Formats: sequence, C-alpha cells, structure tokens
Amino acid sequence: MEETLAWLEEEDTQKGKFLTFSLGSEFYGIEIKYVTEIIGIQPITEVPELPDYVKGIINLRGKIIPVMDVRLRFKKPPQDYNDRTCIIIIDVKETDIGLIVDSVSEVLEIPEEEIVSPPEVNKNQNRYIKAIGKVGEDVKLILDCFKLLNDEEIEALEDIQ
Amino acid sequence: MSSQFNLEPMLELFCYETSQCLSELEQLILNYEKAASYNDQTIDEIFRVMHNIKSSAAMMLFNHISTLAHNMEDLFFFIREQDPEIIDYAALSDLVLEAADFIKLEIEKIKNEDEADGNNSLLISNIQDFLAYLQKNNLIPDLPAARPRSTSPEQYYISRDRGSILSELNVFKAKLFFEDGCEMENIRAYALVHHLKELAEVFKYFPADIMENDDSAMIIKDQGFELWFQSEHENRVIQDFFDNTAFVRDLDLILIKNPEELMQLEKEIEVEVVTSPDSLALSPEEILIPNTSCGQMALSSGKQSIISVNVDKLDQLMDLVGEMVIAEAMVIQNPDLKELELDNFKKAALQLRKITSEVQDVVMSIRMVPLTISLQKMNRIVRDMARKLNKEVVLEIIGAETEVDKNIIEHISDPLMHLVRNAIDHGIEDPQARKEKGKSLPAKVIIEAKSAGNDVLIMVKDNGRGLEKEKILKRARDNGLLSKPETEMSEREIFNLIFAPGFSTEAQVTEYSGRGVGMDVVTKNIEKLGGTVLIDSIPDEGTIITLKIPLTLAIISGMNVKVGSSFYTIPITSIRESFRPVAKEIIHDPEGYGMVMVRGECYPIIRLHEKFQVQTQVTDFTEGIIMMAENGEKTYGIFVDELLGEQQVVVKALPNYIRKIKGLAGCTLLGDGCISLILDIAGLSDDI
Repeated sequence: MEETLAWLEEEDTQKGKFLTFSLGSEFYGIEIKYVTEIIGIQPITEVPELPDYVKGIINLRGKIIPVMDVRLRFKKPPQDYNDRTCIIIIDVKETDIGLIVDSVSEVLEIPEEEIVSPPEVNKNQNRYIKAIGKVGEDVKLILDCFKLLNDEEIEALEDIQ
Repeated sequence: MSSQFNLEPMLELFCYETSQCLSELEQLILNYEKAASYNDQTIDEIFRVMHNIKSSAAMMLFNHISTLAHNMEDLFFFIREQDPEIIDYAALSDLVLEAADFIKLEIEKIKNEDEADGNNSLLISNIQDFLAYLQKNNLIPDLPAARPRSTSPEQYYISRDRGSILSELNVFKAKLFFEDGCEMENIRAYALVHHLKELAEVFKYFPADIMENDDSAMIIKDQGFELWFQSEHENRVIQDFFDNTAFVRDLDLILIKNPEELMQLEKEIEVEVVTSPDSLALSPEEILIPNTSCGQMALSSGKQSIISVNVDKLDQLMDLVGEMVIAEAMVIQNPDLKELELDNFKKAALQLRKITSEVQDVVMSIRMVPLTISLQKMNRIVRDMARKLNKEVVLEIIGAETEVDKNIIEHISDPLMHLVRNAIDHGIEDPQARKEKGKSLPAKVIIEAKSAGNDVLIMVKDNGRGLEKEKILKRARDNGLLSKPETEMSEREIFNLIFAPGFSTEAQVTEYSGRGVGMDVVTKNIEKLGGTVLIDSIPDEGTIITLKIPLTLAIISGMNVKVGSSFYTIPITSIRESFRPVAKEIIHDPEGYGMVMVRGECYPIIRLHEKFQVQTQVTDFTEGIIMMAENGEKTYGIFVDELLGEQQVVVKALPNYIRKIKGLAGCTLLGDGCISLILDIAGLSDDI
C-alpha cells in the first residue's frame, strides 16, 4: 500500500515537468519521466548501415547506447558539435537512446491547461510533436518520444534488411 | 530473470541447499547403480543428504517433505546399521529417485510461491513396505524402534583449541522448553545451538545426541533443553537471541558467576574430553556417530565456499569494472601530467594498471559456468528412458568442463533433453534388433561439448539406426510440410524437416515423443540464442545433432584492427594469418574487385573501409594489412589499415534500437573506453 502511494507520489512529482532543449531557434520539451540523464558530447563510434540521423553508439559507463542527432532527424542542416552540444539519454519502453541536441536549457513545469494539441497542418509534418506547451510568451514543442524512435522509416529499413 | 525469486533469505537458502542436496543424491544413486551395490560410504552419504533435507524442511515447516525424508532416512539407517545382504538395488534406486523427484517438485512449487501440497502418502507407504520387506528378508529384529544409540554416552562439541573456558567471558546456563506441538524438538534445538554459535561458544548441551537420536525430542519435550555456553555478549543480548527464536516457550537463563560452579563445569568438560576417546574405543558402532557428525560439519562448512549471486549484479559489476578501467586511463594519461617527470607516480600507476586488469579478468571469468551440471542431468533421463523402453543405453559425456556463459546454460537444458530423448526413443534400436544387425550392446549416446572459436559446439551422437530419408519425406508429404520439390532437396534439407513444428514420424503418441513438439523446441530455443542446429546421419550408423551456440556475452580473444578512426575486432579463431601484401600478389578482376594470391591459391578481399563506408587514408592494398579469415569452407582477406594487437574482449550485443547489422556480431569496449565493433566473419562473407 505504502509502496503504491510512494509510486503515485513520484509519478505526481514528475507530471507536468519537461526538460527543454534548443535546436537552432526552436525550443523543444521532453517529458521528464523519459529522461535518464544528460551528458556532454562524447566520442561516437560509427556503425555501418544505419540511417544518417543515427550517428552511432557511445559507451556510457559500460553500457552501449545508440545516439540520434535530432537535427538530422528533423531534416535540419547539420551543425558541428561544440561544448554546448549535449546528449540527453532517454529511456522509452526499455530502449535507451541518446538524443544529440544543440543545448539543454532547463526543467520547466507546464500546467496542463497550457498544453494544446498541435495544429493539423499536414499529416506528415507534425508527427514528432505530441503537443505544444505555452510558457509565457514562448512556445515549447513537446516531443513524442515514442514516435521519435519508431516510425515508418525504421520499419522500412528493417524490411530491407 | 528467472533466477530471481522474491523469497525470504531463509526460504531461498532452503531451496538452494535442498536442490543441491538432491542433485548430489541423484548423482550418487546413478553412479552406484552401475555397480549394482552401494558401498558403506555411499549409504552414509545418502543418509546424510536425507538427514539434511529432513532437518531443514522441518525447520522451514514443510512437514510433508521432512516426513518423507525421515522415512527415507529410516530406510537407509536400517541398511547402514544392519547391512542386509539381500537388497533389490534397482527397486531401492527407483524409490530414492522417486522421493527426490517428489521433493524437487515441492521445491519448485515453493519457489513459485505456490502451495507446496504434494501428497507423499503413497511414497511413504512404498518406502515403509520396502523397509518391511527388507526386514523380513534379512531376519533381523524390528529396528528403528529400538535404536542402540539412545544409550550412547553424552557427547559434547568442544573446541579443543581453547585451553580454558575460565576467561573474561560470561558463562551462561540456559534451560528452555519449546512450545507444545511444534514437533521435531531435537532439530529445533540443533538449529538453536547452531545459531547461538554465532554469538557464543557453546560447550555443552543436554540431551547431547539431538542430531543422532530422534528420541531426544521426547526428552526435550519432557525435561527441557539445557545448554552451557560462554559469550562476550551481555545478558541482554543473549536474552534477545532466545526471545527471537521461534517456538521457545520457557527460558531460564542464568549467568554463572560462582567460581565453584565454573570449576565444576570445567572439570566436567575436561573429564569428557579425556574420557571420550576411551568410550569411543569401546564399540565400533559408537565410533560411527562422531565420525558422521564430524564429516557432516566439515562438509557443510565446505559448501559455504559457494554462494549464489544474481546475474544482474554480475552484469552491473562488469560494467563498473569497465568504467573503472576507463577512469584509470583518464587519470594516468591525463594531459595535465604530460611532460612531467613523475617516477613515483609512474610506478604507482603501473601497480594500479596491474590490479585493474586482474580485477577485469576475474569479473569476466565469474560469469562463466562449466556445462557439467546441465550435462550430468542427462544421466538421469537416459537411465529412466532406457528402463521404460527396455533399451540398453549408456551415456558418455565428453567435455563437460567446457565453460559457457550463465545465460546460455539456462537455455540449453531443454533442447538437450529433447535431443537425448529423441536419440533414445527414435535412434536407438531394441537390444534384439541391435543383435540382429551385429551392433554392439549397450548402445551409446555421446554428448560432447567443446568450444570452437566464437561458438560452443554441443553434439549429441547416437549409434542407432540413423535417420531414414524416405520415412521423413513421406511424413512431410502427409503433413504438407514440403516447401519445394523433393528431388531438389539436399540431404541436410530433408533432415532439417524433423525440426519442423508438428513433425513426428511416430504414429503413436508415447510418453516421450510423438507429439511433434520436441524437436521444434530445440530449434526455437537455439535460435533464440542466435545459434544453429545441424544434423548428420548415416543409416544404421547413427545420428549426430550439433548445436552451435555463439558465445554472446562471453569472452572471446580478438584481434583489434583499425580502419580510419574506427576500431574493429576480429575473433582470433577465425584468423588464419595476416600480412602486408606485395604488389605482385594482388590481382584485380575486371570489375575492380581485389584478390590475393597466397601460396598459389587465390582469395577474394573485402575492403572494410568500403564495406562500412569509413573514411581512411589507406586505400592501397600494399599500404595496409590483409587479414586472412576463414569461416567453414570460405576463406577470404579482410583489408584493414593496421593491426593494434590481441585482446580478451567481452562481447556486448548491439543496442536493440540498432538491430542486427550484417557483418557485425556485436561490440566491445577497449581498454581506453573506445567502442570496437566485432566482425561477424560468416556474415561478411555472404556477399562474396
């Protein structure tokens, strides 16, 4: 009973909190419950036969973790990594993956009423955006981690293999 | 992970120890069954094992297990004490194995947190019948009721290395009663003494023969259990200990301060020490008692040198050690230290280096377990089946000491069992048929394990009738399992049909086979491990089924090579040689593919930088190194920039997200924390 309570409480404290990061001029948010840790850029080992946005694998304390350049994932022009570049390690449904982003900003609390659904412009354009969070004047694009990792492209790749 | 039981530590220990005892027992029985008689030592061993099981089961309140073990113990007690001449050893073995199976099943239930509710009455009555039969046939007065040992003198466990008990320590005398109806008072008393030993030194208790004599339970019940001990702990701590012991009802704890009383006690003990050798010399029967109890103690303390550890923890430890190695490199090769003359630092660093690499080696070896236990289990299956099917079969095990990763062991038991069953059921002929064919008796099933490079090979061979192609094809036709014209099928393809789900050449479903699931399970399980199953068979000479299992997560010796800025590891066992080619050995075919001549033979070359699209300066064959790799029939050259050296590496799987990449078997961490990709020599050669 107590355990359940503690668990609920933990869930509760994580709810509505987002880690925000920047890619070029846009700000994005990830639900904090997915985030394991944030590390600086690391030497990346290239692995052949992967889509270009999966840069390779890194060694995180003995654990091998694939890293994805979110810029390339969103078809933005690549940028050289610098000391602001970060890797956000997320854990989505037992899969660990690192996201390379331009820089990490802060953890924000966005109340539920400030979160709206993305506009339906084009079916394909907003597929990685789960919602839009309003923080004062700014807008944070909240990522759908699951879709970020798994979508038709990866499946297509699997089919080829 | 399946080994993770959420049990209380005591219960977990009980399950673990009892399972150990049972497999020990099984082994004993099987070993001596061949000899068709038990020697005294074996009987003692079996007696001891049953006794252990009984005591611990009683302590954990699994009464049905303990009563069964108790009956078994009675039986062996009779055999040990009376040495009856006429024993039906086969029936006895069956009985013991049946009992072992029953307890095993119950332990499984306990592990799964089910109610351990098996019915032991049939087994017990069988055991009692057998005992009665023995007694009748060997004409010896009814025994278990009148045990000679109840009259044996009191015995004390005294540590002789202690000169005197008259030290600074507190000496206590305790008298206690157990709660009514808790049963097995003597066992509880023994457990209490055992636990008390952690706190205090116990030098005498009464009744003293609690482990040997079950009648002592009555004495404890009636007169209470008395013990004398000394401890550095205070009265309160001791009191707490007793209060926390289950079923203790009345406790009378006295701190002995009176010097006279102490003297008296010491004298008493000294007398015992002096007299005990004499009394032992009196009758040979009595010598037996201290001997067994000593042996028992030595053995139980010997067993504690092994502990079971959760595999998760080992994984964690291995990751941490990897991290430590990297951290070490970061300290020693720190740029801040460059160009400094640090003799002492270098010495210390060298020392550290040595220790970390040793730690690494040890951690890697911890995960490796010999196949012995998994293979030994097959003895039992062969025995049982041979008896039931009236076939004469012996099992030979070769290479049981081959070590494989713990994870793999868990997954091969089932497939092995099916293969062995299959070999005996389908492969081995009846003794009659074998005689007619002029084949040797008993038939042989050989399980051979060996490591071959990246793989562990486990072969199950039998010298039975072999696979009959026609029969297999017919069956496959009937079941609609054929996927291509029969005439185009190779021998191997036909043999592989037996692994198809739903395939069975047996018309009738028997206890052992015929449902067509068994062989399917084999392939499924082995494929899960990333392995393959190969069949070879010659009619009337036998069948060999080879399981080829990769050493995922195991340690391999690899050659590290460099291409551009990337590192790759090639399993050393697939490397034939490596050399820097000279221009005249290189041949280019019209499409531009390179080939190399080695001692008059021509081999294709794979350019690793092209294959994996790596930027490198070295593109001319004469500037790099060619590693000749071989995989089964294929041999080819791998062109790399340079060799870095040989290293023992831990194979890590690529992350799930990346999935399987052709030509890569996994990855590993180099000493400095860099990731190196392990090449899959077989996968790479597919394109040639």
